[in-house]
Amino acid sequence: MASLLLLVPLLPALGALINGIRSFARPLEPKNKKTTNFFALASTLLSALIASYLVATSGAAWEHSYYTWIPAGVGHVSGGFLSDFTVNFAFRIDPLSSTMLMVVTWIGFLIHVYATGYMAHETGYTRFFAYLNLFMFMMLLLVLGANYVVMFVGWEGVGLCSYLLIGFYYEKNFAADAGKKAFVVNRIGDFGFILGIFLIFNTFGTSDYARVFALASAHPLQYAGAATAICLLLFIGACGKSAQIPLYVWLPDAMAGPTPVSALIHAATMVTAGVYMVVRSNVLFRLSPVAMMVVALVGAATAIFAATIGLAQNDIKKVLAYSTVSQLGYMFLGAGVGAFTAAIFHLMTHAFFKACLFLGAGSVIHGCGGEQDMRKMGGLRKYMPQTRWTMLVATLAIAGMPLFAGFYSKDEILAGAFAFHPGIWFLGAAGAGLTAFYMFRLYFMTFSGHYRGAEGVGIETSEPEHAGDDLIPSSVHLDQGDAHTDKGHGHHAHAHTPHESPLVMTGVLMILAILSIFGGWIGWPAAMGGGFPTPFQRWLKPVLLPVGGRQFHFHEASHAQELILMAASVGIAAVGIFLAFRFYKRDETWAVPKRLATRLRPIYGLLTNKYFVDEIYDAVVVQTTLIFSRALAWFDVNIIDGLVNLTRHVTVFAFGHGSSLFDRFVVDGAVNGLADAAAGSSRMFRKLQSGFVQNYALVMGAGIVLIAAVYLFLKP
Amino acid sequence: MGILNIVTYTPLLGAAVILFFIRSDNPKMIRYAATIFATVDFIVSLFLWWGFDPNASGSRLFQFRFVRDWIPSLGVKYDFGIDGIALLLIVLTTFMGLIAIVSSFSAINFREKEYYVLLLLLQTGMIGTFCALDFFLFYVFWEVMLVPMYFIIGIWGGPRKLYAAIKFFLFTLAGSVLMLLSILALYFFNDDGIPFLHIRGLGNGYTFSVLQYHNIGHLIPPSLQFWIFLGFFFGFAIKVPMFPFHTWLPDAHTEAPTAGSIILAAVLLKMGTYGFVRFALPILPDATRQLILPIVVLSIIGIIYGALVTLVQKDMKRLIAYSSVSHLGFVMLGMFALNPMGLKGSVIQMINHGISTGALFLLVGIIYERRHSRDIADYGGLAKQMPMYATLFLIAALSSMGLPALNGFIGEFTILLGVANRNIWWAVFAAIGIVLGAAYLLWLYQRVFWGPLDNPANRTVRDLNRRELAMLVALSAVMVWIGIYPKPIFEVIEKPVEYVMGKVDPAYMNRPPIQYPAAVAEAEASK
Repeated sequence: MASLLLLVPLLPALGALINGIRSFARPLEPKNKKTTNFFALASTLLSALIASYLVATSGAAWEHSYYTWIPAGVGHVSGGFLSDFTVNFAFRIDPLSSTMLMVVTWIGFLIHVYATGYMAHETGYTRFFAYLNLFMFMMLLLVLGANYVVMFVGWEGVGLCSYLLIGFYYEKNFAADAGKKAFVVNRIGDFGFILGIFLIFNTFGTSDYARVFALASAHPLQYAGAATAICLLLFIGACGKSAQIPLYVWLPDAMAGPTPVSALIHAATMVTAGVYMVVRSNVLFRLSPVAMMVVALVGAATAIFAATIGLAQNDIKKVLAYSTVSQLGYMFLGAGVGAFTAAIFHLMTHAFFKACLFLGAGSVIHGCGGEQDMRKMGGLRKYMPQTRWTMLVATLAIAGMPLFAGFYSKDEILAGAFAFHPGIWFLGAAGAGLTAFYMFRLYFMTFSGHYRGAEGVGIETSEPEHAGDDLIPSSVHLDQGDAHTDKGHGHHAHAHTPHESPLVMTGVLMILAILSIFGGWIGWPAAMGGGFPTPFQRWLKPVLLPVGGRQFHFHEASHAQELILMAASVGIAAVGIFLAFRFYKRDETWAVPKRLATRLRPIYGLLTNKYFVDEIYDAVVVQTTLIFSRALAWFDVNIIDGLVNLTRHVTVFAFGHGSSLFDRFVVDGAVNGLADAAAGSSRMFRKLQSGFVQNYALVMGAGIVLIAAVYLFLKP
Repeated sequence: MGILNIVTYTPLLGAAVILFFIRSDNPKMIRYAATIFATVDFIVSLFLWWGFDPNASGSRLFQFRFVRDWIPSLGVKYDFGIDGIALLLIVLTTFMGLIAIVSSFSAINFREKEYYVLLLLLQTGMIGTFCALDFFLFYVFWEVMLVPMYFIIGIWGGPRKLYAAIKFFLFTLAGSVLMLLSILALYFFNDDGIPFLHIRGLGNGYTFSVLQYHNIGHLIPPSLQFWIFLGFFFGFAIKVPMFPFHTWLPDAHTEAPTAGSIILAAVLLKMGTYGFVRFALPILPDATRQLILPIVVLSIIGIIYGALVTLVQKDMKRLIAYSSVSHLGFVMLGMFALNPMGLKGSVIQMINHGISTGALFLLVGIIYERRHSRDIADYGGLAKQMPMYATLFLIAALSSMGLPALNGFIGEFTILLGVANRNIWWAVFAAIGIVLGAAYLLWLYQRVFWGPLDNPANRTVRDLNRRELAMLVALSAVMVWIGIYPKPIFEVIEKPVEYVMGKVDPAYMNRPPIQYPAAVAEAEASK
């Protein structure tokens, strides 16, 4: 069992190693591609199959330590105890890690399959799959780790892969910038995470989940104070990885990576790691109402904030990126209000429909010759029926329409939010309305109307000036132009008719579309005739340990109340869909949104420019650091080293010239001949080592005298 | 005759062979000879590790002892012996020494004979310093190291080589003189004219024996300890280098030839930190505990200041040199956490920094040989032209920034775990250095390897040759190995760290162990 589990991450690692070495060879022969596919896909598939077998056969939670990884030594822990701060390389299988395992391996495999079609003409094909496999390895470490340190390895490891894949088109400056930005912002989050881990060690003497949670759940009062600090620090890490305010800024830029990467890493798996971490630490979070509140508020704020930005983006991937930020906000909102299972449930359904949306967007981009600007799409339902239908399903799912997966998970989160505070519920429901609007805006702009791409740029050039900003790239759109396209190597730069994508891509879309419907049914709510708790809640129950002897209780409201809330949130979402329909489907000139954009220019400008947060960060954080660093570098060269050089000049002058003056006037006066000899020899010595050895001898002598004198004076 | 003598003097023998038996107009032969002797030395050091008993403690902690009277009238002994810390540093020295020699094949093309002789001589000096358990002997080796390095920088260095060489020499000498003063203070320390050791019944004469001082150090009055510590401090802190004594480092590194930079970063800087952990801490426990705060403050300043200054460097070598200031700040900080985690992390980070920064200097040297520029602005888009070089550079950079599953993480994590265990706020400040570490290395990487390949001069640069590839793959393999399975390293430093802890803070372990309740998760799940 344990060694089989080890294979789950090791197989993709092996695939990464082999393809990584192979990637140095000639890039794009068909034969090379087949071999690459073999290693990448076989390792991922086998890993997914083994994982499934293990999940199916592991009845209870179990963990296995493979070896002692970091035997750091004995440390002091709170309460005046000693503990051995040892970190084992250990894996853990329980309902939570199993859920993540299934999502990661299978979605990962599907996206690998899709990528063989999407990336087919790219140089760096083998390198791409090496990175993708490496990502799988790291992500599996993250979810399988049985302690926080192993999780941290995966955590930073996926960050590295994200960096490499965002910067996949490294020759493009925007991709290189985006990759670095992602890594550094994540590191800021990791700063909090690692300090949280240290506090966990200081408090519990270990970072093994089992021991930490056992101790915390046995003595909740004793550990409540420490738990607040720990949870807030961990949450900083979660904000970095899962793109929450204030560290969300890297995710939209991360769209510079190839689209399968956006689907796998920046939607379905990696960015949800923060949610996984918070739910994993639920025992600690439940000890600290303050931390829970912070998580809920940051989640709600992010959900709304990102959704408003999503309203005014024209790049199809950017819309999806902000939508991801927003949906992650929902997950944190769920976790923060104590609906941990709902958060994981939404994580899972989101993985289905958002992967479907991103891959659908990829299919669209692929079919439109690398175009990402929705203003140059339109009418694609004719050309890409399969993509269209699957994306419609996923869009309905994210909009939270009943029977689609997103509905069940979002509803569970909102029900929890209402029980927590109606205001939070309202934020969540409003966000759902915005989501429905911008997602259907995306859908209609892409698939309805007529194609605005190749056959003369249409609306755009025909009414350039007076049209709303909505259609015109204004000068304040800071990252316009080719900066958006991830098809960096431009194999379809020329205009042509959009075409449907190959079966490897659309097949994956169909599977994900099916999951975007039925994937939510395992959380069928009691109010709609399901059981209480739902099957998914029952499944995750073992992870929600009792605290202080009290069992975890799932939130249960009256069915009537729940149905009303459901109806309300679906109603709000329906309004959003209707408005999108009115604005972007019924009227092909998009007159209403253009008018709105003109009339509400300041607000619209704020939204298209993402509230200028990037610019503010750049000015406040980046430039300040650089200016300060330059000042320090100047200080280092001119002041600190200046002092060193000054010492040199002073000693050369004072002792060198001084002693020769001394020679000339004092010694010379007394004993002429001797003085001449001394001066001559000193001059000679100076020549020998350009004056420095004598100098050093003097410094040395002076130093000894000085220290000895100080010592003698201060001797007690 | 003692395996430690073999490992110490094999390079010297090599130097002699090259000096006397190989004509200076036959550089190929000189290179081969140097490589063979360095390889033999490396293999001997591996045998050393193989024969080392990690469980030996107490009087058997220092192994492979080789003790002879040297100058009996002064109590000077020829005393060799190593514990796990010295063992690791010796293996690091022989490994990086070999890398340094192999890296010079194409880099050095005049006065090869002197060059390889000096490099081998330097290696003997370094290994001897780690082996010596007699202060007099230690001081001799310490000074032996200095001279070859001075010439290596001064003859084969860059444009400002003389300035850099003399600066290096003077800085280090100033420090070592103060260190000598402290050694003499220990030596002459007595009670009304009777040598201290005699009173304690430990002998009837003066001694330079380090292990003797380990045993009686805590009996020295704290006020005197303070002054002796101060002398050691200047000697070692300059070598480390700690802020604000670091300004010789960027100059020395920038001007030194590649091999010089590798050795300087990998081993010579460790002399300072090794000095602290071998002498200052165990011999002067009261002073050590008394001076924790100032040293911690200097270390933290070094970490952050070094990282910020690194961020804006325009010269690759200077950039990496400044990053050393930051990294060595971590080593010092961990050591002065004065707990097992901090000390272990500190020792491991000495090794890691040697590997990672050594590798980075090697990498910069490789591109310098091709393009004769270290200016970051001259590069861009190299990943396309040199994919292997780019990949190995990335691995070294990631290792240097402490990415988990590579060696740097093990050291930084263990250090910060120890530091946080003593004072979480120290860890907070130090962790800022980790964030900045990612920033400066990734920015460097981006500017050199990513972006368009727009400098025509870079379009014809060839990727790594086999020799370079072999060196870098070996270094990368070590990085991955330590990152994933550091147990062999933790194993050998367990007892030495226990030993130092026992000297510097004997009360540390006087607490009961924590008790964990039966894991609730398992109980729940098995129902």
